[in-house]
Amino acid sequence: MSGWAGRAIALGARRLGENDVILDVLSDAVGRASGLVYGGAGKRKRALVEPGSRLELAWRARLDEQLGFFEEIESRGAGPAHLMDDAAALAGLASMSALLLEVTAERQPCLGLFEASDLLLDAMGNYQNWPALYVRWEMGLLAEMGYGLDLSQCALTGSHDDLAWVSPRTGRAASREAGAPFADKLLVLPPFLLGGQNKPESGDIADGFALMGHFIDRELLSPVRKTMPEARARLIFALGKTGRL
Amino acid sequence: MAEMSARPRRAQASPEIERLVTLLAKLPGFGPRSARRAALHLLKKRDGLMQPLSQALADAAQSVRTCQRCGNLDTSDPCSVCTDPARDASTLCVVVDVADLWALERSGAYQGHYHVLGGVLSALDGVRPEDLRIASLLARVQAGGVSEVVLALAATVEGQTTAHYLGDLLADQGVSVTKLAHGVPVGGELDHLDDGTLLAALKARRSV
Repeated sequence: MSGWAGRAIALGARRLGENDVILDVLSDAVGRASGLVYGGAGKRKRALVEPGSRLELAWRARLDEQLGFFEEIESRGAGPAHLMDDAAALAGLASMSALLLEVTAERQPCLGLFEASDLLLDAMGNYQNWPALYVRWEMGLLAEMGYGLDLSQCALTGSHDDLAWVSPRTGRAASREAGAPFADKLLVLPPFLLGGQNKPESGDIADGFALMGHFIDRELLSPVRKTMPEARARLIFALGKTGRL
Repeated sequence: MAEMSARPRRAQASPEIERLVTLLAKLPGFGPRSARRAALHLLKKRDGLMQPLSQALADAAQSVRTCQRCGNLDTSDPCSVCTDPARDASTLCVVVDVADLWALERSGAYQGHYHVLGGVLSALDGVRPEDLRIASLLARVQAGGVSEVVLALAATVEGQTTAHYLGDLLADQGVSVTKLAHGVPVGGELDHLDDGTLLAALKARRSV
């Protein structure tokens, strides 16, 4: 019998038969993982398998290659219930879950991404400025998948100051002055992505979504003929509607 | 030796019985074993149960249709709920499935009209707005005569995402949009409730 135990975030559940579900989670131990939850469609466990539920669980299988099953599932704090009344937060959760399901490989440990996702879930229910954190989370997702942006210095001059653009081809930053002649071809780099001390201003979150969306689509989705999850568009719409872009 | 290896053939049910079992096993709540038990029970009570059941199935297949207005199942189109003059036509309750409509009807607490969506938005299952009966909902509201739309959708991430989506669509239509409350069920004890329900109940607390 092989297995593991640890913390996880539920990403989605597909019904299997009348009473059971196949649950997808992002775990601290093995990254994204799937498994059967006996009785997962029943009254007692249904709330636990909702996307965004933060869980402690164990995965067991006779062989590593098998689907296996989750057991000892316990909630470990506020799940999606605290987001239900906030359309933007709910769309943020759906977008986060959909992206993780689409781009992460199964059983590839990614502790950093797990911790960032856990933090983001927490922030969505408690902090007004979580959209900035969401954009940073997408930047972390790109980095975890091996396509991190290089925002450390200007690719043209080597300068570390006044970085304002990102090349859509290389993902490297450019300073405002050096990039100005190519402004129509470059992507805007919102200052809040350069450090926590820069608070997002009006339009920055929209620029951040455009920047990350370009690279997620180009590096992670298009090569495997996938498209951006619709939930992400709903998130941008919901944030725009409440003036948070 | 050849005689010793020859085994008696296992008795098999006739193709008709096998077909009955196979079809019964496709019903919700049924597996192969329970389907076999049901088939046997039907065969034993041929006159009292099997014949009336087959007649009822044939009648239902022949006469039940989907109401083009609300999506309910009934023998008439528009359905009896839509044509009932005693019902309040100014209130429209949006439900996911006909089973939800029946649940609300059983409660007897709602006297308005319904609209069956046919599902919820789902990233995982690839259900998009155009896959649901949203256009016909908007058309009903725009046709006038509706003052309130009650969103009676599941308290799940997908259900509430759909509710917010519909709320946005209906915001400019001049109708009041409400949704069902979440919280402690009647007969529910606090220490048996999950964290999410308790949180929702606390958030929606009201003065006594």
